[in-house]
Order: sequence, then structure tokens, then C-alpha cells
Amino acid sequence: MLLGILLGGCKLPTFYGYRGVTSQSHDESLLYEGTVIAAIVVGVITGSLIIWSALRYRRKSDTIPRQFQYHIPLEIFYTVVPIVIVLALFGFTVYTENKIDNVVPNPALNIRVTAFQWGWRYDYTNYHVFVEGVRTEDPDPVGLDGKTCVQSAPTPNDCLGPGLVMPVGETVRITLLSNDVVHGFYVPQFNFSRYALPGVVNRFDFNVQKPGIYRAQCTQLCGLYHAEMFFHVVALPRAQFLAWVHGSQPQPITDAGPIPTAAQSAKAFVPAAPAATTKSSAAS
Amino acid sequence: MTVLAERLPAGAHAEHHDEPTLIVKWLTTTDHKVIGLSYTITSVILFFLSGIMALAMRVQLSSPGGAGMSPQTYNELFTMHGAIMLYLFAGPFAFGGLANYIVPLQVGAPDMAFPRLNAFSYWLYLSGSITMLLGFFTSTGAAAFGWVAYAPLSSSVYSPGPGADLFIMGLFLTGFSAVFTAVNLITTIFYLRAPGLTMFRMPIFTWNMLVTALLILIAFPVLTAAMLLLFADRHFGTHFFTVSGGGVPVLYQNLFWFFGHPEVYILALPYFGIITEILPVFSRKPVFGYKGLPFFSLLSLLIAVPTGIKFFNWIGTMWRGQISYKTPMLFAIGFLLGFLMGGLTGVMLASPPIDFATHDTYFVVAHFHQVLLATAVFAGFGGIYFWYPKMFGRMLRDGLGKAHFWTLFVGFWLTYLPQYVLGLKGMPRRVFIYPSGLGWGALNMASTVGAFLIGASFLFMLVNLFVSWRNPIPAGDNPWDGHALEWFTSSPPPHHNFVKLPPIRSERPTWDFNHPDAPVLPHGRHAKEQPALVGVGSPAGTSGGPAQTPSAPADGGTAPGDGSGETGH
Ligand code: HEM
Ligand SMILES: [Cu+2]
Ligand SMILES: [Cu+2]
Repeated sequence: MLLGILLGGCKLPTFYGYRGVTSQSHDESLLYEGTVIAAIVVGVITGSLIIWSALRYRRKSDTIPRQFQYHIPLEIFYTVVPIVIVLALFGFTVYTENKIDNVVPNPALNIRVTAFQWGWRYDYTNYHVFVEGVRTEDPDPVGLDGKTCVQSAPTPNDCLGPGLVMPVGETVRITLLSNDVVHGFYVPQFNFSRYALPGVVNRFDFNVQKPGIYRAQCTQLCGLYHAEMFFHVVALPRAQFLAWVHGSQPQPITDAGPIPTAAQSAKAFVPAAPAATTKSSAAS
Repeated sequence: MTVLAERLPAGAHAEHHDEPTLIVKWLTTTDHKVIGLSYTITSVILFFLSGIMALAMRVQLSSPGGAGMSPQTYNELFTMHGAIMLYLFAGPFAFGGLANYIVPLQVGAPDMAFPRLNAFSYWLYLSGSITMLLGFFTSTGAAAFGWVAYAPLSSSVYSPGPGADLFIMGLFLTGFSAVFTAVNLITTIFYLRAPGLTMFRMPIFTWNMLVTALLILIAFPVLTAAMLLLFADRHFGTHFFTVSGGGVPVLYQNLFWFFGHPEVYILALPYFGIITEILPVFSRKPVFGYKGLPFFSLLSLLIAVPTGIKFFNWIGTMWRGQISYKTPMLFAIGFLLGFLMGGLTGVMLASPPIDFATHDTYFVVAHFHQVLLATAVFAGFGGIYFWYPKMFGRMLRDGLGKAHFWTLFVGFWLTYLPQYVLGLKGMPRRVFIYPSGLGWGALNMASTVGAFLIGASFLFMLVNLFVSWRNPIPAGDNPWDGHALEWFTSSPPPHHNFVKLPPIRSERPTWDFNHPDAPVLPHGRHAKEQPALVGVGSPAGTSGGPAQTPSAPADGGTAPGDGSGETGH
């Protein structure tokens, strides 16, 4: 049944999940929806059995019921069924995960993303450009079609933190690093999150299908201002992306990039321009 | 009816000379019942403290922009709330408290195998708990790095100050306490069982405590070691978990989850055991599929499937039973429904691609709270309502118990269902504040209202306890028509637990004694072959141990020797 649902395409209810705007995340939302349906089926059957037996067998007299304890065929049945369900789930999981983790040999663009307490730095290594922002501030509030981020985002608070600008319809390779503690790179609408671990290099690909502003946030507790370590993805059509990246000031960066320490980062990253957001939840 | 074993309380004569004061008695006791109660009371007080922290956090989260709490305070609160709930409440409540009290009774032993070690465990636990809490009174505040204390956030660079050290030392002490209790329980179960009580006649509660104890021996030394390494990194200049010194932060996470995965079962199995005691008693049936259950407990180590199977054992136990809805039974059903939801979302999280999308969001917060509240709160306090009459020889009021249940039940779903949705919408966990305009406010407010209902439900329990002390209703030895051995002795049990024991031919010796005409149907024979049996009461001619109605005037636990076994002559 699950297979039928998965092959049936995109018509499933989303159950509050995101459909996924990258080519990778689409399979994931299918897996999610299929799993929810399986869980609902199992849950409803088991839940009804619990409630039904609880109501049906209310004590009505002082009789002692029959003292049966075993029913071998039934026991075999309810052992085999969960095993089958879990194996099926496992199969679909492996299939989907392979697609998500699949990195192509030569991506169109490389971006090195470095997380630090409490902000993000993006190095466009092919173009010698970088963007860096702390907490709720966006140093370069670019949006769609030449507008600013706030003008083109669904709500102003989607624009908190530095914008990670990338082209639509092309494979973008993210190399994820951390300078200090563990951070979490999480874009809800990509159905994707990955730890940024100090001393570990993580690589993954995105292929965004739709231009837009996608809110994002650090999800792994990383100290005092973890709650304000926002960022967002700005997915632009290729021409707009190229205009943006060539219009930015080239930066003389080394391959390693600056490594701010925890003590420095509070001071060193005071943004040049004021935050472009209307409402910031910063407590600074 | 013959009584197979007679045990005289050891040292019953030497005891009654200079009566020490109550406090000295408590400080020096080695009686597993007193130690079990100390564990229970201490852990419930810690549960209330931690619950108050939870409510403070929920107030802060009730609307976007918060209610003025600082991020530092919020981080300290969820760290200590989580740590207290997991390390100092959920584990010790069942394993230190109820197991300590009930397991020796269920195996027909006079006490634990090592009574002094048992007392030492409790004092370690108490001092460890106080050590951890002291963090709040330091100038830099309590630990604020989450209950998992991931390196390098927990290193001296990113978390300076004594609060973190007190957290680590507190865990160190309570870790030892858990290991000692585990050794004690294992020895008690293997060596002090009553004659005739074979392993496969042990109640499931005792079985689950045995498996839990074995898991503790595997898991806790790893946690203790991880804490030691962390402490060395912080103070002795080592670099196990710091990149700059050539260490590997991920090593800490691996060590931690080597402990964390078994810990999930360490926290769940004792509570499964409680449920498996309550359901059969109130359904007047044996446990369905008894022989498979201990096996599945062991298997839980590997996969989630056995947990699903347990549901059918529980449903099978109720099936065609005669279910009476006393408070413990309601709590057991609350557990079944809550654990069903928490378990299914857990299976979803076990699928890595879904985990990617929801990892560290409120989806996870809702999932683990539903699992933990189903077990530690529904099953745990269900266990208290179940065994309280045994422990104190008096009943709790059923009406107040039901008020507690329904408030808790409504609050439970109201708190956590919105959090699943918040998680799917992308709200990360451990945030002291969230932006407006994302549609998260109303769901968070609902969750906060639910949390206050949960908090309020416990007021009914406090009133219930108070009423039972002011106007006791004697419970008698066996108010629920219980199955296992603890219901055979007086309430509360005498110093060394049993004066006499019934013959033990199944895992339900007390039931067999009271209902000689209603034994378990033999293997392979189906329900149709046993005629319906009428009459609950004891066979004619007996007067003690059998089921009593709570309102019947009962001896309510007087001198040792007044126990139920006497009727067997
Ligand atoms: C009265 C019911 C409860 C309420 C309202 C409540 C509320 C909360 C809140 C608001 C958080 C912080 C969430 C976040 O910011 O990520 C939290 C975290 C947590 N709670 Fe509870 N909680 C309750 C009961 C429990 C119980 C009974 C347990 C365990 C037995 C528990 C274990 C935890 C754990 C392990 C954490 C995670 C701490 C961390 O992130 O480091 N909670 N709870
Ligand atoms: Cu972070
Ligand atoms: Cu963070």
C-alpha cells in the first residue's frame, strides 16, 4: 500500500510538513507523507482496540472472566506484522536517503558555509566573495527581482540573519564547517538539517526549484544566543544571481577564511549597515 | 492450604530496646521499604521543582517576543529541567523508589541482598541531586548547555563557571548510585527468591527491573567515564574533546549516545512493568502472552518492534476481562494512548530523512515528552495510586484520583499536539524567543495552557494525600484483589516483609491462593473451555489474605505477624 502511495505522486496531504523546494527534498516529503499515513493506520487500529476493549469489557458483574493467557496464532500474527511494517519503512528510507545524500561530481556553484557563535559566513569560493552576518542582522538584504529581502519575502521575519544567495535550478554544493561549537544548519522548507561540527567537513547538494526567500535558523544549542542565530536562503533566477555575485565587492580571501574566536566574534562582526528587518527579536 | 515457607523476621527481638528518634532511624535505616520511600519522595519533590521550571519556560514561550526572561535564564532552566527529569526523577522514581520497595516483596525476600549498599545508593543519589541543584546559587548560574552537555559547548572555554562543574559532579554521583542499586537488585532477584518462585514465575514488574538493572550496568559506566573526561578537559588541561588540542568533539557525542540509547529503555522498562501489574489486576485476568514478555524486554535493546508487540500483550490482557475503572487503571489507559502516539512519532524519527527535516525541532520535543510523560507520569503515578495502599495501609480517594487523571489527560494532549505542528513548521527547540508573523503564537499559547492543566492536576494528588492522612480509610492487605506476592503480606508489610508465604505455582501466587478454582488455562487451550466462574471472594473458611473491599474494617498493617499468611493453616 505504501508503495502505491509513493508511486502515486504528489497528491498526498502534507500533514503540516513542507512539500520541499529542492529536488532532494521532494522525495523526503513523499517519504514523510507515506510514513504519516502508515502511522495513522497503525495508530487508529491499535488505539481503537485499546478504547474498544476498555469500554466493552467494563466490569458489569462479579464474575471472574476466563483465565486465558496464550493464543499462539495471534501472538505470531502480531509479531510478524510490526516486523513487516518496519522492514518496509526501512526499505523506503534507504532509497530516499541515497537520493538526498547523493552529491554530484561537478556542481555549478560551491559555497563554503561557516557557522560561529552566533552567525554565519558564506564564502563563494569561485567568485572571491563572502557574506557574513551576526544574529538577526543581514549585511546585504538582497531580495527577488531587484527588490530588498523584506519587500519580496512573505513576512519580514523571514529575512532575519544573513542571506545565503544561490541560483535556482542548478546544483549548489554546500561545504559546512563550524569555528567553535556544534551548530545546526536547518532550512525548514528544504526539509533539511545537518550539524556543523568543529573539526568535521560536511558536504551536501541543493537544487532549488523555485525562486524565493526561505527562512532558516540554527537548530543545535550553541550557547547564549542560539535562539537568534537566524539566516535565510535567497534563491534567485540565474541572471539575477550572476548580477548579484558580480556586483558584490570581490574580497581577498584565503582558502581557510578568518577563524573568529568566541571572544572576538561578539565584537568583530558588528555589521556595517543597520539590520534591514522591521522587527528584530534581538535582545541586544 | 499449606504454607510452604515460614520466615521469622531476623533480629525481631533485639530491636525494641532504646527506640531511636524518627530522624535517626531514617538516617540509619537499611530497610528497603524506607529507602524505597525516601527515593520516591525525593524524586517526586524534584519532579515538582523541575515542573515549576517547565511552567516558567512555558510562560516565556506563550507569545512571540517572550515574557522578559533572559536567554541565560532560559538556557539554565531547560538544562536543569531536562537533567532533573531524566537523571533525578524518571530513573530514580521507578528504579530507586518503586523497584526498591516492590521487588523484594514480589520475590518474597526479607530485604535487598545488600541493605547497607542500598542505603549508600540513596545517600549518593541525594547528595548528587543537591550538588546539581547548587549550580543555581553560583554567581554564573547553573549549567546551560542542555541535558546532553555536548562538547565543545560544555568545555571551559564556552561554559566557564562552577555551575557546569556541579552538573558534572552531580551526574557522577548519581551514576554510581544507579550502578549500586542495579547490582543490588540483580543479586536480590537471583539469590533471594522464595522457594518455588522460579524465574518464569516472577511478575513482569520484577522481570523488567532485572533487565533494566542489566542495562544500567552496561550504560552508566560509560556516562560516568564521559563525565570524568569532560571534567579533566575542563580542569586538568587534557584535550579529549577539543579540536585545538587535537581532540575530537564528536567522541563525546558517541560516548554519550552509547549511554543514551540504552537509557531510553532504562527509563521505559520499569514503567512498562508497572502497567503490566496494573492491567491484569483490574481486568481480573492473567497477563496475556506472559512468557514472551521478558524476552521482548531483552530484545528492546535492538529494535522498536517488541514495543509494538507489548501493546498487543496489554490489549490481550484487557480482552474479555472484567475491567474496573479505579484510578490506577485510568492512568494505565492514559499511558497506553500517550505511549502509542509518542511511540509512532518515534518510529517516524527513526527514519533518517524524516529526522533530517524535524531534528532538533519541537516535533522532537513533543515526541519525547509524550513518551516520557506516558511512562514516568501516567505509569509512574498510576503505580503510586496502585501501591500506596500497600505502602501505608490506607486508601487514596478514588474521586480525587480521577480528577487528577482527567485534568492531566486533557492537559497532556493540549500541551503536546500543538508542539508537533510547531516542529513541522520549523520551530527549533531550546529557543528562548521566536519571531512573530510566522503563525507560531497561538499554538504556543495552547501548549502553555495545557502545561498549566498538567501542573494543576497534581494539586488533586496533593489534596488526596492530605485527605488520606487526615481521614484514613484502611486499605487492608489486598484492596485490589492483586496477583503477586506483595498483596499477600500486611499493609504496610512488617519489618522483614513476610511472616508466611503461600505456595507458588505461577506468577500470581496471591491470586491462586484466593481463587483456587480460577487458575490460568493451560497452554493451547482456549477460553471457551473454561466455564465462567462466579464469586470473587475467598474460598470459604479463610479470612485474611483474600481480597477485601477498602471500606471493610481492616487491621491496616499492625504488628508483624498479623499478616495475611496466617490463614493458610
Ligand atoms: C509538566 C509537564 C512538562 C512541561 C510543561 C515541560 C516543558 C518543557 C519545556 C518548555 C522544555 C524546553 C523545550 C525547549 O526549549 O527546547 C522542556 C525540555 C525538556 N523536558 Fe520537559 N516538560 C514537562 C515534563 C517533562 C517530563 C516529565 C520530562 C521527563 C521525564 C521532561 C523532560 C524534558 C527534557 C529531557 C527536556 C530537554 C532539555 C534539553 O533540551 O536539554 N519534561 N520541557
Ligand atoms: Cu548555532
Ligand atoms: Cu544554535
